[in-house]
Amino acid sequence: MREAPLPRTDTCRQVLPFPGRAASGPCLSARGVRYAAGGRTLIEGLNLRLPHSGITMVMGPNGAGKSLLLRLLHGLILPAAGGIFWGDAPLDATARKAQAMVFQKPVLLRRSVTANVDFVLRPSDMSRRDALLRRVGLMDRAAQPARLLSGGEQQRLALARALATGPHLLFLDEPTASLDPASALMIEDILREERKRGTKIVCVTHDVGQARRLADDVVFLSQGRLVEHRAADAFFAAPEAPAARAYLEGRLTL
Amino acid sequence: MTFHTLISTVAVLALGAGSAFAQDTSILVQSTTSTANSGLYDYLLPKFTDESGITVNVVAVGTGQAIKNAENCDGDVLLVHAKASEEKFVADGFGVARSDLMYNDFIIVGPETDPAGVDGMSDAKAAMQKIAGAEALFASRGDDSGTHKKETALWKAAGVDAAAASGGWYRETGSGMGATLNTALGMNAYALTDRATWISFENKGDFDIAVEGDPELFNQYGVILVNPEKCPSVKAEAGQTFIDWLLSEHGQQVIAEYKLNDKQLFFPNAPK
Amino acid sequence: MAFALVLSGDGDLYRIVALSLRVSLTATALACLFGLPLGALLAVARFRGRAVALVLVNALMGLPPVVVGLLVYLHLSRSGPLGFLGLLYTPTAMIIAQCILITPIVAALSRQVLEDLNDEYAEQFRSLSLTRLQSIRALLWDGRFTLLTVALAGFGRAVAEVGAVIIVGGNIDHLTRVMTTAIALETSKGDLALALALGIVLMVIALGVNGLVQSVRMSAVRQAYA
Repeated sequence: MREAPLPRTDTCRQVLPFPGRAASGPCLSARGVRYAAGGRTLIEGLNLRLPHSGITMVMGPNGAGKSLLLRLLHGLILPAAGGIFWGDAPLDATARKAQAMVFQKPVLLRRSVTANVDFVLRPSDMSRRDALLRRVGLMDRAAQPARLLSGGEQQRLALARALATGPHLLFLDEPTASLDPASALMIEDILREERKRGTKIVCVTHDVGQARRLADDVVFLSQGRLVEHRAADAFFAAPEAPAARAYLEGRLTL
Repeated sequence: MTFHTLISTVAVLALGAGSAFAQDTSILVQSTTSTANSGLYDYLLPKFTDESGITVNVVAVGTGQAIKNAENCDGDVLLVHAKASEEKFVADGFGVARSDLMYNDFIIVGPETDPAGVDGMSDAKAAMQKIAGAEALFASRGDDSGTHKKETALWKAAGVDAAAASGGWYRETGSGMGATLNTALGMNAYALTDRATWISFENKGDFDIAVEGDPELFNQYGVILVNPEKCPSVKAEAGQTFIDWLLSEHGQQVIAEYKLNDKQLFFPNAPK
Repeated sequence: MAFALVLSGDGDLYRIVALSLRVSLTATALACLFGLPLGALLAVARFRGRAVALVLVNALMGLPPVVVGLLVYLHLSRSGPLGFLGLLYTPTAMIIAQCILITPIVAALSRQVLEDLNDEYAEQFRSLSLTRLQSIRALLWDGRFTLLTVALAGFGRAVAEVGAVIIVGGNIDHLTRVMTTAIALETSKGDLALALALGIVLMVIALGVNGLVQSVRMSAVRQAYA
């Protein structure tokens, strides 16, 4: 396993100025992270520095550790060695509150659509609810039980709820994996909009087309290691790591 | 959290729900079951309440438990039927004074088949010896009640060690009179009971009175005011009013009036 | 015959039924007040001795009513530590006894229900940085329709038990006589038909309460809220 090449976007300054957000700020990084469970090492020697803005797509075959990486970065699980840093400080509760995550299978409360959004809104922010529901196209479903929505609608609601927390950093774990193309495109549109607003997005996907459409940079994992992290256009033009090349060519089916 | 703070917490919370029931002009009588189950109180207490304005609440348990409860100050008046225990209760300072109130008698009831051949006997000791000799089933209260105390004394007088046959022909139910009679019926066993309970008992089946009429079977009821010096919570005045009323000529007459199936259940014998 | 007696229903029967419902419903409400947060805490918290606490709460589900009655009697008796409250032989004493009897049932069953729900929600809640208190509140609220069934189990046990209320209530006519103690009384009087008829009335009441709760729950299920 060779060292991952230095990513070209290895800077914490924003490429474009985003209104309402500082032009540069702390960036999220993983330093020497190892993670093990059940006596097996699942992630090893992982060093990663995420750009301060844009969309980072995380790719890799099944079992590469993509979901684990997201959970580690979000602080849902703790590394066995190494650490996650926000700027120079270890990820703490305050930093975690600036993050939000949408899970592969949306976890919705047994309440109405609006109540699911209200659940995370501060009382002073209640006025934002309708705008959020409109953005994800669920305004006409507002009063319905959340769990009776279709799969696509449920994922959009989960996304609206994540956005309601006003995150600087948004993680998504294969958000469109079980959705039809129209629903997937709708989610992609919302993510592009969110990128424009200056939210940093980190998204796991198996959909190469989606990665091409959205990615500013690509993180490629294989067997618990980071094998490549480069700007999207360079990555898709000519992936350097053999595992990444094999994956894009559809050869690696681990 | 100790159990006791737990109970206090629940008590405080539950107070609101239950406190509406507290009544000022009410007394609590710890009583034996026979007087309650025979319906005497249903007949007698409304008359007393009408005349005095005092409500009487009755807890009907075995004589042994009634005395224990009164010793814990959980009652104002004790009305039971075990003279020796009652006198000890007063001697120990728990009661003010004991007075005879009324009497009836104990009887031995048994199945129609009469396996011990005691039907029609009037000598209780001889009948019990016969039951023991035949090893015919006998259902005992076994609960330290007045009836149980009486029964134990009778076995002793008859010279029978019934306890030795416990689990054999001698079956101790450890229950109230009614439950014991139900059990006796279920296994065709003889049982000692007071006449008032038997007359008012509705599940007689093929059972009938086998032994009666022995002076030894005399059943005296007594009434005692719980000692307010020992138990400051006792409503001595209202309790004494109730006792005085029971012992008065009028109260005694009411007791004599009470009949079930045209039979008088209790015979007043308060000292004049 | 006995049914005619019950159906013709004098005021006494209604009073007894009303007291039964009042005592057992109040006891159930109080047991939920204590038991649900306890069950929720046991469901989400991980602490040393948790396994022991779970075994204990589960074991307490089998508390014999007579033992609870005795313990409450000894505390509320005039000669007991809380005798000054004058609560013995009142409906309040019966509520206390039943509450103690069924709180472990509510806690143990709600712990099971909420632990399953927490398995589903835990990661999302952690992602949202919820405090433990916020998590517990959300779990209790989202589990409310399932928890109704838990409350029902507690109510069923409370309304059906006789051992505790007969000791602390005393089965006093017009004051602390409830369905079960009335049944015990009629049985001891040998009036088995009336006892049985009263038993059937009790079952009809339990059935009614169950039906009511179940219909609430079913409408919640249709909304995917349960």
